[in-house]
Amino acid sequence: MEVIVLLKQVPSTESFVGISENGLSVKTDDVKWVINPYDEFAVEEALRVKEAHGGSGSVTILSVGTEKAVEAIRTALAMGADKGILISDSAAYNCDGLQTAKILAAAIKSLPFDLIIAGQRAVDGDNYMVGSAVAELLKIPAITMVMKESIADRKITCSRTVEGGMVVIEAPLPALITTQRGLNEPRYASLPGIMKAKKKPLEIKSLKDIGLDSAGTGAPKTKIISLKYPPERKGGRMITGETAADKARALVKALHEEAKIV
Amino acid sequence: MSCGVLAIAEQVNGVFRKVTYEALSEGRVIADGLGCSLSVAVLGSGIKNNSESLGKYGAERILVADDAALEEYMTDTYTNVIAGIVTREKPCVIILGASSRGRDLAARLSARLDAPLAMDCVAVRLDAGNVVVTRPMYGGKILAEIMLEGEPRIIAIRPNSMKIAESQKTGVVEIIVVDKGSTDLKFIEKKLDTGKVELTEADVVVSGGRGMGGPDYSAIEKLAGIFGGAVGASRSAVDEGWRPHSDQVGQTGKVVSPNLYIACGISGAIQHLAGMSSSKVIVAINKDPEAPIFAKADYGIVGDLFEIAPLITEEIKKVKGL
Ligand SMILES: Cc1cc2nc3c(=O)[nH]c(=O)nc-3n(C[C@@H](O)[C@H](O)[C@H](O)COP(=O)(O)OP(=O)(O)OC[C@H]3O[C@@H](n4cnc5c(N)ncnc54)[C@H](O)[C@@H]3O)c2cc1C
Ligand SMILES: Cc1cc2nc3c(=O)[nH]c(=O)nc-3n(C[C@H](O)[C@H](O)[C@H](O)COP(=O)(O)OP(=O)(O)OC[C@H]3O[C@@H](n4cnc5c(N)ncnc54)[C@H](O)[C@@H]3O)c2cc1C
Repeated sequence: MEVIVLLKQVPSTESFVGISENGLSVKTDDVKWVINPYDEFAVEEALRVKEAHGGSGSVTILSVGTEKAVEAIRTALAMGADKGILISDSAAYNCDGLQTAKILAAAIKSLPFDLIIAGQRAVDGDNYMVGSAVAELLKIPAITMVMKESIADRKITCSRTVEGGMVVIEAPLPALITTQRGLNEPRYASLPGIMKAKKKPLEIKSLKDIGLDSAGTGAPKTKIISLKYPPERKGGRMITGETAADKARALVKALHEEAKIV
Repeated sequence: MSCGVLAIAEQVNGVFRKVTYEALSEGRVIADGLGCSLSVAVLGSGIKNNSESLGKYGAERILVADDAALEEYMTDTYTNVIAGIVTREKPCVIILGASSRGRDLAARLSARLDAPLAMDCVAVRLDAGNVVVTRPMYGGKILAEIMLEGEPRIIAIRPNSMKIAESQKTGVVEIIVVDKGSTDLKFIEKKLDTGKVELTEADVVVSGGRGMGGPDYSAIEKLAGIFGGAVGASRSAVDEGWRPHSDQVGQTGKVVSPNLYIACGISGAIQHLAGMSSSKVIVAINKDPEAPIFAKADYGIVGDLFEIAPLITEEIKKVKGL
């Protein structure tokens, strides 16, 4: 089983993300970089798929990012993935989701694969789109927000989360799935894993290396024109009272009379 | 510009999701701004009769693709049908709800049509004929204004973020026949709890965190119940196995924007705030006066949630005359 994981390096969810002076990009100096949490589920699931198929085949980590993303790929290799490919090219830095998908799809064209696993979303851009877009560009089926999967007879059966429950869908391989929390519990990289990862193949490629130029990805169609902080939520009022019943009464009064929502 | 706004309806068993009305209402505003018409595409099986009601939300034309093969949402058949409609109608804007299915469709459509997509939009404005949307990034830590270039511009709106407005217009239903193509996907089954109020669409959400101390959520279920609201949870509560993953609110769960969010026994970690800080009014109940959630809540009560929540439920019953 040949599995490709689409992995993005993102600021950790605890990190403070500031807006640059130009108001168009974010300051990342104080940011702690991590594997996108949903892509961690993807790495874990890829390893489990490989293990479930007798350990044959390989798990390839594919990422578009700056050279810093090498760290994230190494972490995935330390978890047990076999090799990594980073597309790092200054022409790929100001891309939107669709362009990112075009770059990933172009890179995948020269790779063997049975299954591609992506995150449902990257917790920085929050676009929820790159996985599905890659599948469309490769003309393969995709099942998004998967909580459970199993593979038999070259078919993958997935439980996909929807509002109010779950839908079970089957697709022939090759296919792409995106992860939902609950799919698995990602393993930690072990010390021997970290040592081994240092020797695993990790290629850094330019757009030209994957047969693309900036014309191939086009210009961003979604252009950021301003970034701002959301209106800050200020702590409001503490509801006090002698007894719990007094507090409850005072709260409901406030919700009724001030906030007018009860 | 040659134009037309196309909304995409989302129905489950013939019932439209609330976000469909939000998409239509916002679509109407955009169409009026651009001076063009609003159509809505309804896909499904046996849905013609219900579709007529969509005129009330501003659609002049209601394009119904009624086909047994469209009974269940399947990414490829739905993408084929919408792409067929787009080829015929050439809309300049497509608007739909960013539900799990809406996101799936929007992303696939964007790649199929090579069209700009803005996901989870919370506001839309027109600027000299350009469409500019506001969407949260970095788990809501930043709001980005995005200009969409190229057509059709696909706008997926976050549920509960835009107003529903009824209109005087009446829509005309047109049955359309579009090639749905073949499908690689096979529907096996669905397990839906239709009685459950969907978190992302609820007007009131009451969430319980680790402070619940166990899987018994009845105290806050009753509180949510009198509002017809939904029950959410923090990740800690989900990790404990007290609640299903689908109830998780936060950066790696659902993002909710109800009119009222009541956080019970939740400390207020940044990842939890990412999922609920766009709520209109936030109430926090926590026994720790130093809990960070109080700094973000409009109203805070220090106390034991098991004592306070039932008392609030009783008080609300009185106010509502129940
Ligand atoms: C300097 C800079 C400028 C930018 N300018 C713009 C801009 O003008 N307009 C704009 O829309 N966006 C811009 N972006 C953000 C943009 O690059 C997003 O990262 C891109 O749109 C992908 O969306 P997302 O990260 O939200 O992915 P999602 O669609 O949320 O990601 C889903 C999944 O796809 C996969 N994936 C996503 N990205 C990658 C990747 N890079 N490598 C491997 N797998 C990946 C992962 O599996 C991920 O879980 C900019 C970013 C930077 C750093
Ligand atoms: C990558 C990543 C993603 C994450 N994503 C999410 C996410 O999507 N959603 C999320 O919620 N978290 C998420 N987290 C976890 C988050 O950091 C917190 O650990 C979590 O939100 C804490 O949950 P809690 O508030 O229920 O528990 P705690 O922090 O343990 O707080 C429990 C609170 O209950 C109070 N309490 C206890 N008993 C009572 C009582 N009887 N009455 C009243 N109050 C009481 C306590 O005073 C305390 O404040 C994420 C973390 C990471 C690293």
